[in-house]
Amino acid sequence: MLKVENLSFGYSPARDLLVDLSFSVENGDVVCLLGPNGTGKTTLLRCLLGLAKIRVGSIRVKGIDIKAVSTGQLSRQIAYVPQATTTVFPHRVLDMVVMGRTPHIGLMATPAAADLKIAREALAELGISHLTDCLFSEISGGERQLVLIARAITQQAEMLIMDEPTSSLDYGNQVRILKVINQLAKRGYSILMTSHFPNHAFLLCNKVLLMKQGRLSAVGSPEEFVTEERLSDLYDTKVKIVEVPGQAMEPIKICIPLLT
Amino acid sequence: MRAIDNMFRTLAKPADRLPFRSNTVKLLAMIAILLIVFLGSFLIGRYPVSPETVLTILVGKIFGLPQAWSDNMETIVMKVRLPRILMALLVGGALSVAGAAYQNLFRNPLMAPEMLGATWGAAFGAVLGMVFRFPWVVMELTAFFFGLFAIFCTICINSLFGSKYTITLVLAGIVVSAFFQANTFVLKYLADPMDTLPAITLWLMGGLSKVSMQDVVWAALPVLVPVIALYTVRWRINVLSVGEEEAHTLGVNIKRTRLMVLLCATLMTAAVVSVSGVIHWVGLVIPHLARMLVGADFSRVLPASLLLGSTYLLAMDTLSRSIAAVEIQVGILTALVGAPFFVFLLAKAKKGWV
Repeated sequence: MLKVENLSFGYSPARDLLVDLSFSVENGDVVCLLGPNGTGKTTLLRCLLGLAKIRVGSIRVKGIDIKAVSTGQLSRQIAYVPQATTTVFPHRVLDMVVMGRTPHIGLMATPAAADLKIAREALAELGISHLTDCLFSEISGGERQLVLIARAITQQAEMLIMDEPTSSLDYGNQVRILKVINQLAKRGYSILMTSHFPNHAFLLCNKVLLMKQGRLSAVGSPEEFVTEERLSDLYDTKVKIVEVPGQAMEPIKICIPLLT
Repeated sequence: MRAIDNMFRTLAKPADRLPFRSNTVKLLAMIAILLIVFLGSFLIGRYPVSPETVLTILVGKIFGLPQAWSDNMETIVMKVRLPRILMALLVGGALSVAGAAYQNLFRNPLMAPEMLGATWGAAFGAVLGMVFRFPWVVMELTAFFFGLFAIFCTICINSLFGSKYTITLVLAGIVVSAFFQANTFVLKYLADPMDTLPAITLWLMGGLSKVSMQDVVWAALPVLVPVIALYTVRWRINVLSVGEEEAHTLGVNIKRTRLMVLLCATLMTAAVVSVSGVIHWVGLVIPHLARMLVGADFSRVLPASLLLGSTYLLAMDTLSRSIAAVEIQVGILTALVGAPFFVFLLAKAKKGWV
């Protein structure tokens, strides 16, 4: 689905923020990008989305270099769920969600009845139909995140890129979002999400990218690469990983920070 | 700033709960009100004209019917009132649509066409023309080009700072406006106090009293073509309001859309300012009124702003020539009405804060 080869990037030619990154996201993968602050995770996402023009290396979506495609074509393959969004105008939730149909709407057209239907269905799928006519700015943070995910669903792209989907959410809402991501993964979406919580990797992902100072220190499955030594090295902090039995007696790994 | 953001969000609440369909009803109502104000404006003025005469003349002229009215009446309707009425519609509509487009592009509800320097740039050009006694058309063209030049300066200054923040654009606009305003006053100072200076002062107050049919024809193209252009990409402009980077990920070509908005809104603003002088508070307030009535979606705000803006300025202009024995410049009236209305918007929103 997505293949990155030898990507190096920096905003100024003197300093590279990303150094020789290579990884791929196959169909149906749920990939967690872990790394400390300032390590280049957001920069990497911006490159993948075409917001930053890369000069060294290549990014291919379904085999085609993203430099060769238009904004519209790229947005039909990859949908983006930002960390948070603000709107200065009183848009309703439905207005926000139907914006996701833009890649499918002609240059001189506006959303048709079919587009609105898709938007409403996306809201129903996430269980937030009751918010359809509410003002986007007046709903809670968790609800807003769900609306942004609904917008990404209406784009009908095969891949979702999510930037810290659970940041600034309370525990309950965090879990709600994780459940939704799980649902989307089961539906066949390929997902790349950045996260500050190694537990997300254990709970959701089948692949993990560990990034430190612009380089990938590991690419592979969480079992293999989310280990105590690697996490301690990544975040400069001691952690312990334990395995506990889940509801159906399946083993669940969690990561606990050691404060002493 | 957040308080002001909240203000604009709370304002549109009632309208937002209504289903899509009733917006068509609202737009039709706006068209109806526009027609009423349009026809009514012909009836107001120093020489009484009856409604039947107005209708007869207008219909007769459109369909080329044989003349069934006096030459006197025809002059009043077609040469005195019609140009002025049409220009008021063009100016009001252009300023409102430009204001709405700028507000979406810069994600700033306090943006107005006059803030990018076009108004004072065009004023400088016009005053230059008056001081050097250019013919009227040349004077307007000078105003137009200086208006465009001023906006160009604003955008250049803004890009010196990396065009990252809207605030730098607003500051650049203030700087450019101040520069051209100062130069305009220099010209005023040097102008002949007997006849040029009064003309300049009156022009700067913003008015449509000297408008001829030639002006209307000249201004129609640079106003109508950009409005149509903006209308065709109205959905892309709407998506722009969530931010340029997010709009990019939603498939909007940011560079092209931004260029389209800047080009169109700028052309419209410079064109009308070069003819009508300095008219404030229309481009700022009308888009908010439009949003209150039809919601935040730019594809609805654009036609609503166009209709409301043209009706508003026509009403103001008709008022300006009828409210007192002497004509009050329309720019004064829009400021007198617009500023308190803005305070009213602020007050209404304050209740919604808590």
